[in-house]
Amino acid sequence: MRVYIARRLLLAVPTLLGITAITFVIIQLAPGSPAAMAVRLGGEGVRSDAIAQEIVEQTKKLYGLDKPIPVQYVLWLKRLVTFDFGTSYKDQRNVLEKIAERLPVSLQLSLTSIFLVYLIAIPIGVYSSTHQHSLSDNVITVSLFILYSLPNFWVATLFIMFLGGGDFLNVFPIYGLVSDNYAQLTFWAKVGDRLWHLVLPITCLTYGGLASISRFGRVGMLEAIRQDYVRTARAKGLSEKVVIFKHAFRNSIIPIVTLLATLLPAMLGGSVIIESIFSIPGMGQLAFESILSRDYPVIMGITTISALLTLIGILLADVCYALVDPRISLE
Amino acid sequence: MKRTSQGYWAITWRQFRKRQLPMRGLVLVVLLGLVALLAPLLANNRPLIMRYQGTYYFPVFREHPRFRNVDFDELAATFEKGDFAVFPPVPYTPTQYDLTEHLQEPSKKHLLGTDDRGRDVLSRMIYGTRISLSVGFVAVGIYIAIGTVLGAIAGYYAGKVDMIISRFIEIMICFPTFFLIIAVIAFLPPSIYNIMIVIGITGWTRVARLVRGEFFRLKGQDFVTSARGLGATHFGIIFRHVLRNALGPVFVSATFGVAGAILTESALSFLGFGVPPPTPSWGDILSQSRQYIEFAWWLTVFPGAAIFLTITAYNLVGEGLRDAIDPRLRQ
Repeated sequence: MRVYIARRLLLAVPTLLGITAITFVIIQLAPGSPAAMAVRLGGEGVRSDAIAQEIVEQTKKLYGLDKPIPVQYVLWLKRLVTFDFGTSYKDQRNVLEKIAERLPVSLQLSLTSIFLVYLIAIPIGVYSSTHQHSLSDNVITVSLFILYSLPNFWVATLFIMFLGGGDFLNVFPIYGLVSDNYAQLTFWAKVGDRLWHLVLPITCLTYGGLASISRFGRVGMLEAIRQDYVRTARAKGLSEKVVIFKHAFRNSIIPIVTLLATLLPAMLGGSVIIESIFSIPGMGQLAFESILSRDYPVIMGITTISALLTLIGILLADVCYALVDPRISLE
Repeated sequence: MKRTSQGYWAITWRQFRKRQLPMRGLVLVVLLGLVALLAPLLANNRPLIMRYQGTYYFPVFREHPRFRNVDFDELAATFEKGDFAVFPPVPYTPTQYDLTEHLQEPSKKHLLGTDDRGRDVLSRMIYGTRISLSVGFVAVGIYIAIGTVLGAIAGYYAGKVDMIISRFIEIMICFPTFFLIIAVIAFLPPSIYNIMIVIGITGWTRVARLVRGEFFRLKGQDFVTSARGLGATHFGIIFRHVLRNALGPVFVSATFGVAGAILTESALSFLGFGVPPPTPSWGDILSQSRQYIEFAWWLTVFPGAAIFLTITAYNLVGEGLRDAIDPRLRQ
């Protein structure tokens, strides 16, 4: 097992290099450099072209953008080895520090919603597979299908419109993670306030995953129920409960475990939209802002860290796979 | 009577037809296609057919120099006896604005209301169908092409080639794809072609893995050996013999892919990176609604519902197709 994990971690290195190299090239080739942005930001009325050109050159030199792209990439990699992602062009702060500040917020969102997805999806999957072709199974299947096709940014906008004040109901806060008077609240009021703010964004992040996981759960259970060992278990007179939960269920959850790995990057992507809609100061919002302001070091930092998280997620899923299924050997 | 055995696609169609929900999805898909094709006939401020001073005109189909700068509504007021004009069901073009009518609720005059420039929302949505569907089809076309070729090569030649392509696939999977798409789109000049291409070149991994798996399964079978024995070239074996047998799953994947690409396009437009204005797109109307979120429910509900229905329709068809080509589910 240890050898396997070590080998996988080694294999992750070229993957990570590939990802960072592609991102690096793409953002460097794209029009609209930070140097040009600096001219626009400096904007004190009209400047002569010569002065503007000079500012562009200065900014380029300052950030090392005057060197060819491969050289820049190697320089970036050199610093990466010491976990130095550089400083943000925008506010000159350390990129790692900026990300470290945002990451907990995003993880709080995505881990909660992954937990909820599994907590709700697995019972639904088991239920609809043991009641296959019944009315309730059909209703569940159709409603999950609908949830799966609902764009979450639309649902988020609808929530804000109909539940977040304006001309309609005012039930949930729609801005940020905490209320303005957060500092004055008691401990339990603080917890309540935070949860109240999380309801809408977490709902938006959860329902889509719910649909796909419970569909997989249902299919997995249906396959397991048809197996010989389930027939044997029934034949030797075990109760239906034991047959379903001990014999069928345990075998059917294995493929669902691996889906965890695919959920994580999807959640990070989804949080870009959800975080900017609900003004939540997480990685997604930081990513969005850094793209808008051409903040190369921050973009590179976020890509690297989320790729790393994804790789770890896939590795974890494979290891879990081996742990829950003794037939699979990683050696 | 001579009975020939049914071909693969005939069997698939027979299986597909048996299920009610996928068939409804297919009807919706066809209807949406018609709306996109016939958009100028459905929403236009020029009459479909008009009799004016004794002559018949078809202003939608052919521009008459005589009416170049004529407002047909005003012209209709001057009609003499026997003149008439038949207007399309939605008598507005998507870009025709009327500031005196801005942000109107749905009414008889504007069935789905107007936006902040007084443009008819229904007319914009009808033309938005064109954007959504063309992005969906072209983007998926691009990635099916890339994925099929790479997957076929990897699966057919195996060995070193397969290792390199598989590694590349792994890199692409670990990318936070949506983030990458926003990053690229934000840097490029806004254009519908850029969106198609970027979705196309980031989305091919699933197809590639699928085709690779099918090739691994098929290449050892007798028909491949016999084709080789008859002197077929590698190219011929890959594209004429093996690929044809692997097309079913690719089509399923493509159908789901269209839904996914439409979702991505509308999410991009929602974030403000979509097609440049004044081109109408569903995501763009939805993004406008955020400015008037306190009251303008029609700007949120209708375009979102259009996105949702389209995605549902394609997902339903994909689902039905997947079941139809699955021999285990055949009766």
